[in-house]
Formats: sequence, structure tokens, C-alpha cells
Amino acid sequence: MNVVSRAVATDLPRKARPLLTISGVEKVYSNGMQALAGVDLTLPGEPQFLSLLGPSGCGKSTLLRIMADLDRPTAGTMDWPTTNCDASGRPLADLGFVFQEPTLMPWATVFENMYLPFRAKGKSRKSVRDEIMAALAMVRLERFSDHYPRQLSGGMKMRVSVARALVRKPRLLLMDEPFAALDEITRMKLNNDLLEMFQAHKLTVVFVTHSVYESVYLSNRIVVMAARPGRIVGDIAIDVPYPRGEIYRTSRTYADYCRTISSLLADTMHDFDGEQH
Amino acid sequence: MNLVRELRLPGSTSVPATAGLKPIAVKTAPWLFGLAVLVFWEMITRLNNVPAYVLPGPLAILESLRKDAPELLRALLFTLRVTVLAFLAAAIGGLVIGLFMASSRIVERTLFPYAVILQVTPIVAIAPLIIIWTDDIQIALLICAVLVAFFPVLSNTVVGLHSIDPNLSDLFKLYRLSTWQTLFYLKLPSSLPFYLAGLRIAGGLALIGAVVAEFVAGTGGRASGLAYSILDSGFKLQVPRMFACLVLIALVGIAISICLSILTRFLLRNWHGSAAPRR
Repeated sequence: MNVVSRAVATDLPRKARPLLTISGVEKVYSNGMQALAGVDLTLPGEPQFLSLLGPSGCGKSTLLRIMADLDRPTAGTMDWPTTNCDASGRPLADLGFVFQEPTLMPWATVFENMYLPFRAKGKSRKSVRDEIMAALAMVRLERFSDHYPRQLSGGMKMRVSVARALVRKPRLLLMDEPFAALDEITRMKLNNDLLEMFQAHKLTVVFVTHSVYESVYLSNRIVVMAARPGRIVGDIAIDVPYPRGEIYRTSRTYADYCRTISSLLADTMHDFDGEQH
Repeated sequence: MNLVRELRLPGSTSVPATAGLKPIAVKTAPWLFGLAVLVFWEMITRLNNVPAYVLPGPLAILESLRKDAPELLRALLFTLRVTVLAFLAAAIGGLVIGLFMASSRIVERTLFPYAVILQVTPIVAIAPLIIIWTDDIQIALLICAVLVAFFPVLSNTVVGLHSIDPNLSDLFKLYRLSTWQTLFYLKLPSSLPFYLAGLRIAGGLALIGAVVAEFVAGTGGRASGLAYSILDSGFKLQVPRMFACLVLIALVGIAISICLSILTRFLLRNWHGSAAPRR
């Protein structure tokens, strides 16, 4: 019976099963600081643009790092039912990660930086050249493959960073306040680029931000977090179809969502003030 | 990175204060200054009839260089060989031990204090012991020079390895690059600017170590370098020859510095702010 039911389970279409189920995840640092307390979160099988929104210290970056297996939770489980995992249950990198900084190797050309995700797999440069150039074309930087990072502007470096995260066509893209250090105009442009890629690639994005406006513009699901200890206080669907543009950004719906989310955030800050007294 | 900047040769950096001057003036100024000093020096010695055994003029020194060329050249090669070998040993040893130290907190905390002790003990004070312990004077000199030159390479390598961008480190972890791949493609390139700055200090120190040790050893014979030539000439009151040796030692130092400067610029030309031209 058991065997049969397992066979049935794996026969289910990939999308019907969640990509990742996080249950009861806790993170306590060695200095006793509790970054996360009892976090439950499910990423569904179908593509989703999810923003993790919260004040600084709410553990949103920690949660993202735990998803990427860059940090281990002190309690709780991470279940990747449809991803190949190694013996210890860690996912075999079917994901891309974008940091707040471009995080390019300054001594390597754009092409060499893009080659990094393939390096561990032992693939030759020649065999992945087309994939790399296609990913660079996606961010309109294919002409810059021989340039060094210092020859690029901040926005261009960030685009290389995004292209690198997508070059292996992951199902999950994790982004840790990726455009926070850029100027407003560049950031809006990159946000639009990101939405295009999200639609084109059918991937799930988990986007950490502290900007209400950015999260409402980009995502179709916003998970609001609060600090001390880091926890989830709200999970809101943004039911607006893609593609989105200026019309959405100036619409009534957009403003309403922003107000709802802002007041949710304000409540968490209020709790925080209360704790201080 | 301040270290890198301070260690630059004059003229290798764009100085804002001279930005308004013509490039030719900026380039020739140091040479003209040197020439003026030499002319002044020659004039002083001639006008005052200063005897050559007190202060020889530049021309007398040049004459001594020419006259004693074969002997001086042999001494120069000897000192140069000790210096270069010591430098290479320090460059390789500093890197290897630096990698070992930076690999674990405990190893670093255990070894680093002793490296510091070795560094702060003046080489003149250790040299006599080393000379007693080793039969071959060349090896004794080499050990002394390595001891002096080794520390800046080691400490710079360790600092460099600790300065790796933690995000890049995470990225290598995320893409599951092996320990060796991480060493070759992340750790070594990341610490290269620091390592090269260490090499540039070590180059000068290797020469100083070689010369100081030879002064302590103070033995002549076929296998002897510029420092012994200075001692020997001093005993014989051949002051122009002493100056000739000094000139050669200075030239060796300058040559080492220029070579390492070129190496640094070549290796960092594409990516590092200290070497690449501004956009």
C-alpha cells in the first residue's frame, strides 16, 4: 500500500505540490538573539512573486538565507518535495540568489562572473556560452560580456547579478533587497525588467524589501513580518494581473493596497513601541 | 588599501596639486632635482678642497665604480642573489603559512603572536646566533633576510584572506564550489592586492636583511657582498669605494621596487582601483 501511495504522490503534476514548505522554523543566534520564531510558510508549485516585507530586524533576510541554505534553522523543517536534495535534505541549488550589492568578482569579466554557477558542475565555457549570452541578452548586456565590473555602472552591475542568478534557469529566485542601493529611477526600471523576467520564466521569486510601494507594485503575495522575535503577522494576496505598469502604479487599487499593508506594518511597529515601555 | 597608496613610487600616481602643470615638467622635475644636488655636491667638494677620504665628489665615486667594477660586480651579484632568494622564500612561505593561518581561528591565534615576536626582535640581535648555528655563511645570510622579509607577506596575506566579500563567499557556497575551487577562484584573487602590497614591503626588507646580516657576519673571502665591501673599504679608508657600494645597494633597492611595482600594475590592471586608470 505504502509503495503504491508513494508512487501516486510522485505522479502528481509538479505544480500541484508545493515548491517549499517551511514549518516551525526558528533561528536563535549564538549570542541568544532570536531572529525567527515559529515561522510557517508555503511556496506553492505554481510561479508566485512573493515579497517578504517588514522593519529591519524582523528576520526577513535570515528567512531568505535559510531558504538558500546559507543559514541553518535552530528548529523546524524545510521540505522541498519536488526538488532534488542531497543526503542531508539540502536542496541541490535549483535556485538563484541576488544580494543587496551586485556581488561580482572584480577580477573577472562579466562572462567569467556569469560562468560561476556552472563552474562547480564542471561544464566547459564553450558548452554554456549560449546560455550565458542569452541570460545577458535578457538584461541587454550581451555587448558587455568582456567588460570588467568596474567599467559598468551600478545599475548594469545589478543587472549582471540578476542575469547570473537566472542563468541556470532556477525555479526559485531569492532576492535580498536587491535594488535598495540604486537610485529611484534605475530601481523602477529594474523592477519592470524583473517583472518581465518573472512572467517570461515562470519562476517563483521571493523578494525581501522594506518598501511597501515596491512590494505592492511587484508582488502578487505579500508576507508581512514583525520584529522581536521575527515572525509572520500577515499574508496578503495582491490580486492584480500582470503585466503591470504606470497605470497600476497610479491606480486606486494600488493606493488601497498600500494603505492596507502600511497599516499592518504600523501595527507591528506599535507592538514594538509598546514593548519598550 | 592605504598601505598600497603609501607604497607607490613617486610619479606613479596622479597628484592633484600638480595637475595644472605640463606633464613634461612633472616628469623631468625629479631628475633635474637629482642632477642639481649632484652638481652642488661636486662644487662643494672642489671649492673647499675636501679630501676624498672625507667626502668624495660624485665624479670620484663614479671613477671608483669604474675602476673597481669587476670586484664590485661580484659583490653586487652576491648580495643580489641572497636578496632575491630571500624574497622568493618569503613570498612563497608567507603565502603558504598565511593560507594555513587564515584557514582556522585557532591556528591563527596560536601562531600569530610568535610571528610577531620574530618580527619585532631586531635582526641584528638574532644574526650572530644564526651565524653561529649555520656552517655556510650564505645560508646564514639567507635565513636572516628571510626572517626580516617574511612577516609583511604573512600578515598581508592573512588580512587579505580575512577581507573576502562575505556575499561572494556565500555565493560560492550556494553554487557548491569545492574547497580548491574556492581557493583558486575566490580566496587567492581576493587577497591578491594585499599580498602584492606585502611583497613590495618584503622586497625592500629582503635587501635590508641581507645587508645587515652581512655586516654582522663581517667575513670576507670570495663569497662576500656589498656590505662587506663597505666594511672592508672603510678599514682601508677607501671612502669613494664605500660610496660606490652604497650607490649599488640603492640601485638594487630601486630595481626591486620598480619590478614589484610593474608586477602589481600588471596583475591588478583590469580591476583594482590602485592600478587601473580612472574611468
